[in-house]
Amino acid sequence: MEFFRNWFQAAILVLTNASWSFPFTRSLYQGPLKVLCSPGLNCYSCPAATVACPLGALQQLLLSIRMNLANGQFYLGFYVIGSMGFLGAIFGRMVCGWACPFGFIQELLHKIPSPKFSVPRPLRYLKYAFLALTVIILPLVVINDFGMGLPWFCKFICPAGTLEAGLPMLFLQPDLQRIIGTLFWSKFTILLFFLGWSVVASRPFCRTTCPLGAWYGLFKKAKVVRLTLDEKKCTHCKECHDVCPMGVKFDESPDDGECITCLRCLNQACRFGAIGLEVGGLPLRAGDIRTIKKES
Amino acid sequence: MARKRPQPPAHKLPLFLLSFFIILFCVGVFVDEPSRVLEQSWQICLSCIGIG
Repeated sequence: MEFFRNWFQAAILVLTNASWSFPFTRSLYQGPLKVLCSPGLNCYSCPAATVACPLGALQQLLLSIRMNLANGQFYLGFYVIGSMGFLGAIFGRMVCGWACPFGFIQELLHKIPSPKFSVPRPLRYLKYAFLALTVIILPLVVINDFGMGLPWFCKFICPAGTLEAGLPMLFLQPDLQRIIGTLFWSKFTILLFFLGWSVVASRPFCRTTCPLGAWYGLFKKAKVVRLTLDEKKCTHCKECHDVCPMGVKFDESPDDGECITCLRCLNQACRFGAIGLEVGGLPLRAGDIRTIKKES
Repeated sequence: MARKRPQPPAHKLPLFLLSFFIILFCVGVFVDEPSRVLEQSWQICLSCIGIG
């Protein structure tokens, strides 16, 4: 299953960045698919991007909300929030585990042999602050003389934007190298920090900073596809703790907002059939109890 | 003895949320928000990606 998941992640990475004519056009894809929001974090200023980034699109709508309303355009972000909410209500953070290009890049980096460390648990709450502040409140509230705000998360933080858009654009349009300044180097440092951290810790950006992960995490108790725990079968052997890439203690908190439904606990850890997968309340696959019977 | 009211099934909440966000999505489409998203995603905002 892990092998299938990795291939699925690679397929999503390629499909959301499928415009390979950019070395010749030296510009962005401008086709109709860009009306769709990417399920995961994928910068739409990436020259190869074929879909829009939901966080970028939402910030752009919110920062220009006053001007739009003054012009009689009721662009309040409903389309983007509707897209994000639709995916969240079905999959929750399963999107992070299966369909996020930047999450996949972090997983690949974590395969590099090195000493491995855990991510301190309290840092998980930071991403909710990033969602509230840099994606919603600051773009809405901090405005210039024309009533326009800034896309705070994209502009000052997003390492996916630097990796997928900032760096490629500098190579495609070398003239831009003359105008890079403190902002670029600070974002480049953030990118290097998270790439380096990903080698020694599992998915640090997803766990501490990603506003999209925070959004999907809000659906932890209200999503169609979810992992379930059968308390009667669970022996609290803690094997599910060891395989979880997000540091979830599944036997203690089965509805944890960090669970990306990668299914490692179901397929690689639990030998007692305590973990199952359900869709809309219907069990899709119960844990395989035969394994434990064979062993005993 | 008072009868205990049956709890609604846990899977009702995601279906309610799903319906809510589909309606939100449709309202967004109705006010022509997709065209604005498309317009934004066709342009490169250099300062948004740390350049300029």
